[in-house]
Amino acid sequence: MNNRVIRVDQLARVEGEGSLIVKVSDGKVADVKLRIFEPPRFFEAFLRGRKFTEAPDITARICGICPVAYQMSSVMAMEDAMGLTVDDGIRRLRRLLYCGEWIESHVLHMYMLHAPDFLGYEDALLLAKDKPEIVANALKMKKIGNDVMTVVGGREIHPINVRVGGFYRVPRKDELLPLLERLKWGLDQAIATAKLVSTFDFPDFEMDYEFVSLRHPEEYPLMGGRIVTSSGLDISIREYEFHFEERHVPHSNALHGLERGHGRYQVGPLARFNLNFDRLSPLARQVASDVKIAPIVRNPFKSIIVRAIESVYAYEQAIRIIEEYEAPPLASHPLTPSAGIGCGASEAPRGMLYHRYRVADDGTIRDAKIVPPTAQNQPTIEEDVRAFVGKFGGLPREELTWKCEQAVRNYDPCISCATHFVSLEEA
Amino acid sequence: MNGVSPPAPSLLIGVGNEFRTDDALGILVAREIRRRHIPGVAVVERSGEGTALMEAWAGATLIIVVDAIYPAKSPGEIHRLDAVQEEIPRGFFHYSSHSFGVAEAIAMAKQLGTLPPRLILYGIEGKEFGEGLGLSDQVLRSIPSLIAMIEEDLHALHAV
Repeated sequence: MNNRVIRVDQLARVEGEGSLIVKVSDGKVADVKLRIFEPPRFFEAFLRGRKFTEAPDITARICGICPVAYQMSSVMAMEDAMGLTVDDGIRRLRRLLYCGEWIESHVLHMYMLHAPDFLGYEDALLLAKDKPEIVANALKMKKIGNDVMTVVGGREIHPINVRVGGFYRVPRKDELLPLLERLKWGLDQAIATAKLVSTFDFPDFEMDYEFVSLRHPEEYPLMGGRIVTSSGLDISIREYEFHFEERHVPHSNALHGLERGHGRYQVGPLARFNLNFDRLSPLARQVASDVKIAPIVRNPFKSIIVRAIESVYAYEQAIRIIEEYEAPPLASHPLTPSAGIGCGASEAPRGMLYHRYRVADDGTIRDAKIVPPTAQNQPTIEEDVRAFVGKFGGLPREELTWKCEQAVRNYDPCISCATHFVSLEEA
Repeated sequence: MNGVSPPAPSLLIGVGNEFRTDDALGILVAREIRRRHIPGVAVVERSGEGTALMEAWAGATLIIVVDAIYPAKSPGEIHRLDAVQEEIPRGFFHYSSHSFGVAEAIAMAKQLGTLPPRLILYGIEGKEFGEGLGLSDQVLRSIPSLIAMIEEDLHALHAV
């Protein structure tokens, strides 16, 4: 443990491409660098000159896992620029679509990416070999999220039904009702998941975080509301850039998100849970109490339990929205473009996603700014790894490397968003 | 099926990202096959996330997956694998940047007994994978032969 370098060139089980380098010198952590190769900069440039109506479909392509988050933040920003508040029915339908994405993303992360770490399997394949029923069940749970996205969003991967002002078409109630039975099954499974993951063995590791999330007057945050922090900041979404900034660091293509006058901060499930526990449903709060998790959660490894609680909430919300659903009178509000600047933020499964657009009077996008959750979490991830190696540096190299990867996976980092390719090794 | 249509007996899955230069290949090939309206053949586009692939091919009998891969010999080189008959060594796709991608989905489906009866995997060596639009020349040049090979598979194997 005197001088050594832990290098993970291709982080497994994070969405996209990234590498992690930890340098230890004289028994102390000298340097931690999480390299992210994939920011959405290309998209910001690519959006200039496009019509305002194209933003949701173009930005949805930034991520294959959370397209709804990009669509929701972009439509809200455009509607903000044009002074439109959508009908409550449209808003509820958007929430339903978002619940589908949370279900998909959280179940995927919990079972296919994160649980193998805790259960001692190198990956989900080995988990499936030993415990096929767990994996088959998880795939069924996730599929319900896909089906919600298909019915509301028009298709399961990149929804095509979302537009600035509303939807192209709203579903009839009889199209949504068949989802109910499986959503109720999913809710039971999510409760069982919370119980299962809460029994995992968590490292004794806590950090003092600045948490940042949206906060809505009544709901657990998905879309809109205000931005709040654990140190007491409470601002409108439009004020985001006055209080938060992005800095370029040489070792990563992604910009580092920092809170002015404060430094690094954390977005995502822990932040939402800690800042909005009172906005969870009574059932979700009860499950949290049953599995003995309560704010303030400072152990990032326990994010898997919070994801399970949020899954309970997402299944339950989806059931409620469908049961109470009346098709909105209009699928979409008519919009005449006008010059303006609009900001929108929503809670992607990985954390708050901020969009800002400047639009010309003919509806052409002049410029765009997109701040994804992983860029905001990057300094915090590096600090976690630094502290973790500092505390557990005595572990055997292989185990420490694995734990470091796990410390990165705690954040479910979406570090490339939708790029992928495989390498071919000739025998 | 809650608005989800039952899968066609033959399904072509184009995998990739249209905004990542040569990684767009799978998507562009899928669109070309769709444009040809081959009877009994459905076409979908996917990002490469493994569980979404498993869901896409559930119930279909013949699957063709088209995907760009890292260059090994030369960009544009076409590799065809019978994923059911041939054992894909784990090292083969070792550098998959997606944690749970095409190779893992195939291995997982084998594990769970949900692999379709026929699954053919086309891997085309790419050159550029950076952000941007458009394929590199070498990859572009291989597309006509790739389409011809895929059509041959569909005609030979699909019970028309």
